[in-house]
Amino acid sequence: MNSRARLTSIAAFCIAALLTPQALEAQFQGRVGVEARAFPMDPLQPDGDRMHGSISFEPEWYKDFDRRRQRILLHAFVRIDANDPARTHFDIREAMWERIDRSWEIRIGLGLVFWGVTESQHLVDVINQTDLVENPDGEDKLGQPMINVTLIQGWGTLDVFLLPYFRERTYPGVAGRLRPPLVVDTDNPRYESAAGQTHLDLAVRWAHTLGEWDVGLSYFRGTNRDPLLVPTQGQAGPVLTPYYQQIDQLGLDLQRTFGGWLWKFESIVRQGESVPRYLAFTGGVEYTFVGALGSSMDVGVLTEYLYDSRGRAGSPFQNDIFLGSRVAFNDVRSTDMLVGAIIDYRSGETLFAVEGNRRVGTDWLLSVEARAFLANGSDTFASLRRDGYLQIELNRFF
Amino acid sequence: MKHSSPQVEQTTPRRGAARRFRAASALPAALTALVVLAPTVLAQSAEQRGLEIAREADRRDTGFGDNRAELTMVLRNRHGEESTREMRSSTLEQTDDGDKSLVIFDRPRDVQGTAFLSYPHKAGSDDQWLYLPALKRVKRIASDNKSGPFMGSEFAYEDISSQEVEKYTYAFVEEADLDGTATFVVERYPVDEKSGYTKQVVWYDQAEYRVLQIEFYDRKDALLKTLVYRDYQQYLGQYWRANEMEMVNHQTGKSTVLLWRDYAFQTGVDDRDFDQNSLKRAR
Repeated sequence: MNSRARLTSIAAFCIAALLTPQALEAQFQGRVGVEARAFPMDPLQPDGDRMHGSISFEPEWYKDFDRRRQRILLHAFVRIDANDPARTHFDIREAMWERIDRSWEIRIGLGLVFWGVTESQHLVDVINQTDLVENPDGEDKLGQPMINVTLIQGWGTLDVFLLPYFRERTYPGVAGRLRPPLVVDTDNPRYESAAGQTHLDLAVRWAHTLGEWDVGLSYFRGTNRDPLLVPTQGQAGPVLTPYYQQIDQLGLDLQRTFGGWLWKFESIVRQGESVPRYLAFTGGVEYTFVGALGSSMDVGVLTEYLYDSRGRAGSPFQNDIFLGSRVAFNDVRSTDMLVGAIIDYRSGETLFAVEGNRRVGTDWLLSVEARAFLANGSDTFASLRRDGYLQIELNRFF
Repeated sequence: MKHSSPQVEQTTPRRGAARRFRAASALPAALTALVVLAPTVLAQSAEQRGLEIAREADRRDTGFGDNRAELTMVLRNRHGEESTREMRSSTLEQTDDGDKSLVIFDRPRDVQGTAFLSYPHKAGSDDQWLYLPALKRVKRIASDNKSGPFMGSEFAYEDISSQEVEKYTYAFVEEADLDGTATFVVERYPVDEKSGYTKQVVWYDQAEYRVLQIEFYDRKDALLKTLVYRDYQQYLGQYWRANEMEMVNHQTGKSTVLLWRDYAFQTGVDDRDFDQNSLKRAR
């Protein structure tokens, strides 16, 4: 989308979002935020910026009708970034019609679906594409066009998804940070399937709760959300071209919840015509100390092991340990904090992250986030070598 | 009994014990045995009467089916500064287990749409799920948080969850006057070791078996909090709900008031409205 078309669609959506609620007396909510990121390390480009600023707007609108058996939901996102034009982006996260009945549900439209239980990475979660330019943690997702049928039975919940259109991953641009030395050429992606973005993907998941255990078994057949980045000679020099392959994936997610413990496990087996079969898993535990040290805080400690049978060539998390802590202060301002590090204990390369939130007044939320990619020499994070940032974001909710 | 205190034995009613003595007088051997066992019999009797009061209160609230209400939670710190939360609560009665409950948060706005689903169990740990709208994620959470504060308030999770008879052992203390109302005073002792309390003292009104006041004693057996129920209203000609519940923490000087409104009973919801799928669109 060129920038003029993008701005037009942003404006159109904002106007629509602001006009419709009054007209239909539905629920309208959302947030508007301002964000600053400081990068202490040198930029890749000599004239690159160390301070980045941006604003974002995320309105949501929904209406229930037919005695709450039907719902229409609209949820958009826009960010305008002063430094990286690629991070100025607009997305319709959700635009969904839902029909709910006793033993089934149907959804048609753009949606967000999350599967999984582990903290350090989300192997099983496969429906939505990652909005990577939004945040390198990969937690932000793009709205996925889908037809979803859910069956709710005594033997569990079965979800079937038909995914008729593929969303490409977003990446930071030339002026962006937290990117590989070569820019990802998002304008010229390549697909293994001749159908390209219109390949019809299929996903199925069965989930069930059995006492302390929550089990999910999933299957996905379609376009890999995670592209290969192929060094290519572009018009203006070397670039990385995203190559989206066709895959079959079997996924398992398990959680046991008992006492103060959470035991978590996620595993996938993935293969395709051009993807040799491999196995990856994440498994670990979280224990929460309620009222830690005589306070009213909850302090959770987490550890997970990350494995990938492809080794270092296939994933940076092929033989890594995650250590983390989650603190809920249980105060009036709902202050919370998450600190974590994924450590490759052989090479020492470390991905470090801190996230904290605190309410200010009644409608404001202050969020602080820091990430650092610490590596040395011939490591798999080389692309993001010695980079990191400190981010402060203030959101006003409405 | 694990928690029996001197106070309990002093106030044990004699009537039941005396009746037993008369019945046994025909059998001198049995009498001897009972005399030896007397202290146990007396303690059990207080326990029995406490349990009967708890059961009667529970029986009178049985059959409501389901209810929902809106509530405002006002948090006050020791300087009198206030902050408020708005939420909606619904409960689905279960005949052979704890009542399922769903709480949806409306204010503060940064947690709008967050929903908390709880299946309390008569025995063992409860099942709890949290829906985080920003992440579109249903998280099953550890149920060890009983003693933790609910939304930064003076109410612990265990204070707001379904009060099943089986969750405590009981001891009747006395009949007492509370602000002009004739009450039964009953001590109850949490069965779960993860409870934040060693004991609670509950005042039931004798006419309707409604809870009027609860004192909470912490793990060191010191008075921690007092909860006062006010402005009871009757629904469906049977079920009483307090419009106001005030919890005062004596150790911190903080307090929390719950103001309930717009109660509706037997709204036609069922288990399907209290499952993980419905949690995702609770709003």
